[in-house]
Amino acid sequence: MENSFALVGKGYLIVAADTTAARSIVKMKSDQDKIKALSPHLLMTYSGEPGDTLQFAEFVERNIRLYQIRNLYPLRPSAAASWIRRSLAESLRSRHPYSVNLLLGGYDIASDDPHLYWIDYLGTLSEVPFAAHGYGAYFALSLLDRYHDPNATLEEGLATLKRCIDEVSKRLVVSPDKYKVKVVDKDGIRDVEL
Amino acid sequence: MARRYDSRTTIFSPEGRLYQIEYAMEAISHAGTVLGVLATDGVVLAAEKKVTGKLLDLSSAKDGGYGGSGEKLYLLNSNVIGGVAGLTADANSLVNFARSAAQRHLLTYNEDIPVELLAQRLCDMKQGYTQFGGLRPFGVSLLYAGYDPHYQFQLYHSDPSGNYSGWKATCIGANNGTAQSLLKQEYKDDIGVKEAIGLVLRTMSKTMDSTTLGSEKLEFAVLTVDPETNKPKAKIYRPAEIDALLLSEGLTKKEDDAEMKS
Repeated sequence: MENSFALVGKGYLIVAADTTAARSIVKMKSDQDKIKALSPHLLMTYSGEPGDTLQFAEFVERNIRLYQIRNLYPLRPSAAASWIRRSLAESLRSRHPYSVNLLLGGYDIASDDPHLYWIDYLGTLSEVPFAAHGYGAYFALSLLDRYHDPNATLEEGLATLKRCIDEVSKRLVVSPDKYKVKVVDKDGIRDVEL
Repeated sequence: MARRYDSRTTIFSPEGRLYQIEYAMEAISHAGTVLGVLATDGVVLAAEKKVTGKLLDLSSAKDGGYGGSGEKLYLLNSNVIGGVAGLTADANSLVNFARSAAQRHLLTYNEDIPVELLAQRLCDMKQGYTQFGGLRPFGVSLLYAGYDPHYQFQLYHSDPSGNYSGWKATCIGANNGTAQSLLKQEYKDDIGVKEAIGLVLRTMSKTMDSTTLGSEKLEFAVLTVDPETNKPKAKIYRPAEIDALLLSEGLTKKEDDAEMKS
C-alpha cells in the first residue's frame, strides 16, 4: 500500500514516498517517483486513486509554473497550499472529484523557513511539523510524536525518518520495500539516499 | 485637422502618439499633489486636498473610515495604501477594483497580495482602456505604498497609459517637477521613517499653493511594520492627528494657532 512521510527540521524539510506502482494485488513496478518538484523550493507527494494522482499532480505543477511565469515571484508554500486545497475542494463538489491525498512542503525564501502542509482529497488543509499518508501513518505518527525535533539537524531528521520506514516495513502486512527521499532547504531540492 | 487623431483612444497620430493618453496625463498634472517617500522601515504618503471650504461637511471623515477625508488616500488592502491624483470619480472606480483584486488574491492564496502584483492588476485594466474602441482612459495616476515579504517596503507609481514603475521617492499631480527635484536633492538611501515624514511634509509645504499647511488642505499616511505582530500597519491620519503632527514638526505658523484658539 502507498505510504508517504514528511517532516520539518531546522532550515530543511524531508519528504519520502514509497516507489511502488500497483494495480489490484499486482505490483507493476517498484521505482516510481511519486514526489513532484513544483518549483525550485516546493515539493509535493501524491497518493490515492491511480490516474487521478498523476493527472492532478500535473495540473498543479503546470498551474504553479504558470503563476511563476506570469508573475514576478514563485508562489510561497502557504499560498500554493491554499490554492491546491481550493482546487481539491472545488473538485470534490464537481461530478468527477479527484481522489488524491497530498503532502506539500517547501522552503519559503521570503520568510526563510520551511513549511509542511497535510492535504487530503476532501480539501482538508493543515500546517504540521510532520505528516504521513496511507496505512503507514498509523505507525509513523506515534514514532514522530516521540522522536520528532523541530531543531534537529538533517542527519537526525533522516534518522527519525528511517525509524518510521523501518517500523512500517516491520509491522505493516502490505508494506512497500523501497522509498524515494527528497530534501528541500534554502539551496533548493535534492535527492537523498537513506 | 488637429482633431483628427484625438477623438478616439485607439487611433495613433501620424507621429505615433496617442493623444487621449497625453491629455489624461495633462489632466493629472493639474490635480492635487500626491507625494511618496520610501524609507528603510516604512513608506510615507502625503496628498494635497483640492476640495475644501468652510461649508464642506467633513464630519464623516472625522468619525468613520480609516482616516483621511476620502479624497486622496485610500486603504487598498491591509498592506497597501493608495494615493490618487486625477479625476476623483475615475479614482473611486479604480480603488474599488484594487480592493476587489486584493481580496480575490487573499481568497485564492490566503496571503496579502504582493504590492507589485496589485499595481500590475490595476495597470492591466488601465491599459485595456487605452486600446479598446470608444472608451476613455482613466484620468488617474496612483501611488502605491506597500509592504510584502518578497521585497519589504515598496513604492510604485502608475499612470493612465498602464505603465508602472518603482520609486524611492516620487510625486504626482500639480508641481510634481518641483517636488521631484527637491526630493532628489534631499533623499538619502538610508532614510528612516521619522526623517521621511519630515522630508515629505517639508517638500509638501514648499510645493503647495497655499502658504499654510493644515489638515483642511493635507492628507497624510504612513505604512510601517508592527514590531509585535510582524504584520504591516497602515495608518491614514485623521485631521486632528495631522494638525498635531504639523505642530510637532514645526510647520504650522504661530499666528495661525492663535487664530484657531480664539
